[in-house]
Amino acid sequence: MARGKILRVSGPLIVAEGMEGSMVYEVVLVGDESLIGEVIGLQGDRAFIQVYEDTSGLRVGEPVEGTGSLLSAELGPGIVGKVYDGLQRPLSVIGEIHGAFVSKGVKLPALPRNVKWTFRKSLDVKVGDKVEGGSILGYVQETPILLHKIMVPPGLSGVLKELAPDGDYTVEETIAVVDVGGGEEKEVRLMSKWPIRKPRPYKTRLEPVEPLITGTRVLDMMFPVAKGGKAAVPGGFGSGKTVLLHTLTKWSRTQVNIFVGCGERGNEMADALHSFRKLSDPESGRPLSEKAIFIANTSNMPVAARETSVFLGVTIGEYFRDMGYDVLMVADSTSRWAEAMREISARLEEMPGDEGFPAYLGSRLAEFYERSGRVVTLGSPERVGSLTILGAVSPPGADFSEPVTTNTLRYIGALLALDVSLANRRHFPAINWLLSYSQYVETVAKWWERDFRDWLKLRNEALRILQRESELMELVRLVGPEALPDPDKLLLDVAKMIREDFLQQSAYHPIDAYSSPEKTVLMLDIIIRFYEEAAKTLNEGVPLSKIREAPVISRIARMKEVRNEEFRKVHEDIVKEISDYFRKLRTGELSGS
Amino acid sequence: MVLNLSVKEVRRALSARGSLLLVKSVEGIRYGEVVEVTLPSGESRVGQVIDVGKDVSVIQVFGGVSEVNVDSIKVRFKGETLKIPVSLDMFGRIFDGLGNPIDGGPRIIPEDWLDVNGAPLNPAMREPPSEFIETGISAIDALFSIVRGQKLPIFSGAGLPHNRIAAQIVRQATVRGKEERFAVVFAAIGVTYEEAYFFIESLKKAKNVENVISFINTASSPVIERIAVPRVALTTAEFLAWKHDIHVLVIMSDMTNYAEALRELSAAREEVPGRRGYPGYMYTDLATIYERAGKVTGKKGSVTQMPILTMPDDDITHPIPDLTGYITEGQIVLSRDMFRKGLYPPVDVLLSLSRLMKDGIGPGKTREDHYQVFMQMIAAYTEGQYLRELSAIIGAESLSERDRKYLNFADLFERRFINQGENERRDIETTLDLGWEVLSVLPEEELKLISVENIRKYHPKYRSSVRASVAADTQAG
Ligand SMILES: Nc1ncnc2c1ncn2[C@@H]1O[C@H](COP(=O)(O)OP(=O)(O)O)[C@@H](O)[C@H]1O
Ligand SMILES: [Mg+2]
Repeated sequence: MARGKILRVSGPLIVAEGMEGSMVYEVVLVGDESLIGEVIGLQGDRAFIQVYEDTSGLRVGEPVEGTGSLLSAELGPGIVGKVYDGLQRPLSVIGEIHGAFVSKGVKLPALPRNVKWTFRKSLDVKVGDKVEGGSILGYVQETPILLHKIMVPPGLSGVLKELAPDGDYTVEETIAVVDVGGGEEKEVRLMSKWPIRKPRPYKTRLEPVEPLITGTRVLDMMFPVAKGGKAAVPGGFGSGKTVLLHTLTKWSRTQVNIFVGCGERGNEMADALHSFRKLSDPESGRPLSEKAIFIANTSNMPVAARETSVFLGVTIGEYFRDMGYDVLMVADSTSRWAEAMREISARLEEMPGDEGFPAYLGSRLAEFYERSGRVVTLGSPERVGSLTILGAVSPPGADFSEPVTTNTLRYIGALLALDVSLANRRHFPAINWLLSYSQYVETVAKWWERDFRDWLKLRNEALRILQRESELMELVRLVGPEALPDPDKLLLDVAKMIREDFLQQSAYHPIDAYSSPEKTVLMLDIIIRFYEEAAKTLNEGVPLSKIREAPVISRIARMKEVRNEEFRKVHEDIVKEISDYFRKLRTGELSGS
Repeated sequence: MVLNLSVKEVRRALSARGSLLLVKSVEGIRYGEVVEVTLPSGESRVGQVIDVGKDVSVIQVFGGVSEVNVDSIKVRFKGETLKIPVSLDMFGRIFDGLGNPIDGGPRIIPEDWLDVNGAPLNPAMREPPSEFIETGISAIDALFSIVRGQKLPIFSGAGLPHNRIAAQIVRQATVRGKEERFAVVFAAIGVTYEEAYFFIESLKKAKNVENVISFINTASSPVIERIAVPRVALTTAEFLAWKHDIHVLVIMSDMTNYAEALRELSAAREEVPGRRGYPGYMYTDLATIYERAGKVTGKKGSVTQMPILTMPDDDITHPIPDLTGYITEGQIVLSRDMFRKGLYPPVDVLLSLSRLMKDGIGPGKTREDHYQVFMQMIAAYTEGQYLRELSAIIGAESLSERDRKYLNFADLFERRFINQGENERRDIETTLDLGWEVLSVLPEEELKLISVENIRKYHPKYRSSVRASVAADTQAG
């Protein structure tokens, strides 16, 4: 292992000499306090090292020690519900031991070593079977809603020689022995390690065809993200990126959710931690924190660790994907990671590209987003898992033409463009329906249409109305709304209804925060039916003023407040009210009233 | 950390440029450590090591080192990072940007020496801020409520009354049901002497403020010292909050001057400039200041920040307000338009935001209808603003009756609800009732964002008996 000396210290970057034999991305321990760093470049015997902790106090000549290993994540029971920093140090444990402030040089294992987990061996394997990476050896019920599957680590295969009986084990105790041939045996423990920069292998990649059900209407109905897909959420400050990502990690119908707070606010992490413990999962009724993992590298924590926090999150996501789960990982915000890249690059005196970002910005972003996907996993039994990635982007001045946004757009399948002007009007989620898109619409439509035949039709009709509205509004700005013909006025009314009574969804409303797929589709169904009936009635000569008096309009305005379970019934009622009212208008029964 | 007790010194510098000094490295220099620079004149300055190399190291000198003979500069390395003495005796005192007394009083006897950079708060140890601070200003309390431990800046423009608003907040702020008083730490960053002293004087008059500590870097003080002032002020605030359980409000004015100093420094270091010439790391740098606010599990005190900045050309997309908005928990934006209309406080209601509001309001904290009234007023005002623009083009007479009601609402909202006296204090009930009053000019069915129960309970139409007394109160208050 290399043993060198510090030659230069410049912020998070240090240069060390005497480092021959080290490799790029090797973890090194820097200085007398053994700060954690990673080699990012080599030149002769010189190593360029980014340090993941505060470098104040380092001196030229202090030792730098290679470790021979790559920066890795610890994977195993004890990971769920935790909050880690970018180096996977358990922040709550650190808080208990070291107090409220993060001090440097702290070394604590990510997974508790003394906790015993109840292991049940799998009935599908027995001693003498051939096993390979990904094969499931047994289970630990980590939380009431998360069954942690213990797998043979990727890269290891052979004959199962021993399998521990059901019982309680720490993460370091051996639960299986695999004869890998050539007289060599490998032990398997509840815990394994995986280098965070390296994608975990899988058998085959599948097309993302199932929608990720999020409970947020504008996603589920208008701009769906498929399980295993990738989407970006760009938006200026205050446009609602964080609240949207929190909401999605809270309510999405997945087995595991990972929230990476990368270079953002400490109070937001605190808020997430508290609210995930308080809120319960709509399906199981259990606290959301029992299926969530948090990674927090806030804006005031060392910048270089922003990069590790993002890759750590993805690695943990892939690990659970490999168990055959649907996993959602969100990163808030990828721009802060890109800025850290820019800072390190500037200190390396690399040739700056657009706005000072390094030329490899795009390829790094690609490496990250490419790790999403829906796959057939390695090992037996055969299973399918998915990792969906959503990344927030924070464009300076909300200008989407900047490098991080434009580079991100090259790699993603859905764009959820947040719009500050909508947010200023408190239209939340402030997703701009004219700028956003999803390449998953056609593929997930089939899934939706099994239960809701009209999903695609309703969606397209709603978007058409909104599109038409924006054209008409240009006119209105010139001539006023009264100058429009009645059918156009009606369309504007309905567009407003779609915006206010369907798209707007408060993240804080006890009922409306999560809208079930059924409620979502039926809500839009009501509005489109209203439109069809109203248009027909108008066409038959009934004045618009009569249509606008329909009492059902205020019922529609309040349908968000209806519980998911009760919605089907309410839908029936409202649909009936709509058809009755308009029929009466058309037949003249109501004209006198 | 191993303390190196032998004092290191170099007796000449290699070159000096602006605030940077290049020296030949001596063994054992630490990255980030503090140095004492003695100029040929005998004058001494504080500096900090910002790059350590085997041969040459770079020092940033507070106060600058231009036009000096580098051959006779002396540099003493202190072996530790920049620390300031802190103590409860600092109350009532005035210091410069590096913590030296400038009020003619004695040096303080330190209770502790603290690193001005602080240490990042462990996010897992933060307590989400949730205690509503009643400022008595309707616009703020109802629409962008502040909570203890929040960082909420004022985005202002040249000539707008941000100082008067901040002073009013300080005078009037209380936390309901708590008798605790609070302390104010004030950091003047490159503002005029008059501005700085306006503040100190108005703080002295505030009855609810137990004590004030001021750090003053005026327009004529060294630019480079501006890098230190907010950190020195926050270090003091943290000492009061985390060690002495005090609720501290930190006012820093003007953060634009801070950012300009940062840009100057970056240019001197010949760094690749980022957007509009500001350094690429400005976000991170500002975050190391703004993130030093909050509440901590197990500690009684809190640090609330109210930075003030002027938006160059009133442009909110300028990097200084932009990056600030990306870090702080909302912003109070002042509007030249409202100011021209003679309204006080001239806030831009639509651009302003408090991100922590939802945790500080509602039943038991303010009132159950608060969130809905807030959302409804914003929605109605947005509609009113849009219709104003429209009626400017097509004439008010071509608007429908409903639309004219919205115009009326927007007017009343500005003149009756937002507008208030500089010494007028409205409690939150008065504020919300006033909100209902202006909302009641709209047809009831337009109040879609308010639940039927709350309409029944608070709409003036259903509580006509209460209404008269509220009106009377409002006039009296
Ligand atoms: N879905 C939502 N429902 C209600 N309020 C929202 C919603 N999304 C955003 N907001 C409001 O907007 C504010 C800013 O949102 P946030 O997600 O923090 O923005 P960003 O991360 O883009 O800066 C929040 O504090 C909240 O008041
Ligand atoms: Mg955010």
